[in-house]
Amino acid sequence: MINKTVNNVQDALQGIENGMTIMLGGFGLCGIPENSIAELVKKETKDLTCISNNAGVDDFGLGLLLQKRQIKKMISSYVGENAEFERQMLSGELEVDLIPQGTLAERCRAAQAGIPAFFTPAGYGTEVAAGKEVREFNGKMHIMEHAFNADFAIVKAWKGDTAGNLIFKGTARNFNPCMSGAAKITVAEVEELVEAGTLDPNQIHIPGIFVQRIFQGEKYEKRIEQRTTRKKE
Amino acid sequence: MALDKIGIAKRIAQELKDRYFVNLGIGIPTLVANYIPEGIDVEFQSENGVLGMGAFPFEGEEDADIINAGKQTITTLPGASFFDSAMSFGMIRGQHVDLTILGAMEVSENGDIANWKIPGKMVKGMGGAMDLVASAENIIVAMMHVNKAGESKILKKCTLPLTGVGCVKKVVTELAVMEITPKGFKLLERAPGVTVEHIIASTEADLIIEGEIPEMIIG
Repeated sequence: MINKTVNNVQDALQGIENGMTIMLGGFGLCGIPENSIAELVKKETKDLTCISNNAGVDDFGLGLLLQKRQIKKMISSYVGENAEFERQMLSGELEVDLIPQGTLAERCRAAQAGIPAFFTPAGYGTEVAAGKEVREFNGKMHIMEHAFNADFAIVKAWKGDTAGNLIFKGTARNFNPCMSGAAKITVAEVEELVEAGTLDPNQIHIPGIFVQRIFQGEKYEKRIEQRTTRKKE
Repeated sequence: MALDKIGIAKRIAQELKDRYFVNLGIGIPTLVANYIPEGIDVEFQSENGVLGMGAFPFEGEEDADIINAGKQTITTLPGASFFDSAMSFGMIRGQHVDLTILGAMEVSENGDIANWKIPGKMVKGMGGAMDLVASAENIIVAMMHVNKAGESKILKKCTLPLTGVGCVKKVVTELAVMEITPKGFKLLERAPGVTVEHIIASTEADLIIEGEIPEMIIG
């Protein structure tokens, strides 16, 4: 067994430098690597290009990095929950590349799986297709999209073991599996880190080969963006 | 009388068929889940990675790790499954989802849809909408017929940046049900008490009107 454990979040994020491209898992605030984001704020790493489906909210998630102006460019599919983001984007302080969500996921998966580019119908005939190669397959138009090329992927899982194997919970899975192994170095933070051999190999969602560093997050706030309930009848 | 949002959702719910897998967008489409016709089984897919979505949780039973694409806390039904984003869009792109219901800012008579950006004013992003409209076989738009300024959202040609081209099949608004045919918008039904003349006056695009236009039946 190859041990992937690092002692803490500081060790996990060693080597992240100004100007790097980082992928971060999560959908909204669900399944985001909270501990790593907090550490990036502390490290004051700047000029980051962040690949993440969303940009957090004003005071949590990637919103914390935006507040401190640590992000130069965001590559996302939906950013509607963050007023500071919208302000920085409309004023031109922040570069933004908005791309279809399925394309975002597939560009991660392509990077993970060694596929340099692929064709998708998403965005054909829209401004997303500008400058991209267009081809017809089976009578339908498609545009070519490229795999991402990121320095770090930071993912969050529910359980992990010292070999780097990961298990996700609920919809906190989202982009985390696609980003695992999709960058030069993948860091996984988990709610519960156990010895290799403890998790059932049949239940592993992401094999440890995709993960270089793993640690147990100190605490998880797991903030809910839209708490929606119904009354008991 | 023009329908309210619930009325639109109830009318769209009549389009659900037995054994359909359905993706519901944010807003009015989300309400459709509350009015599934009796005697049919459908499963709701949410692009953030769940199939078999159930109702909102009871107070105190919310789980931060189980949400829908609108970031609302949800529950799951027996038979539900979770999956990652790449697989979720594999379901969508691979046309395994039978029906997509989503909102729009504009729809044009050739089935183009715009719903993600107002240049210089509002840029929230397309989320999964571009993937959904590019791949779904059956797309129904749920929206208000006119915008807040009173201008028609049913157009000859969209003015806003497009989300997808030639993809919308049907539009349900507070005034009418319209089908998009190779010749343009065809008026199928009108809201209870709303006249054909009122619909024509509220619509920038031309409407194909054949014979008597029946009133919608809203349960």
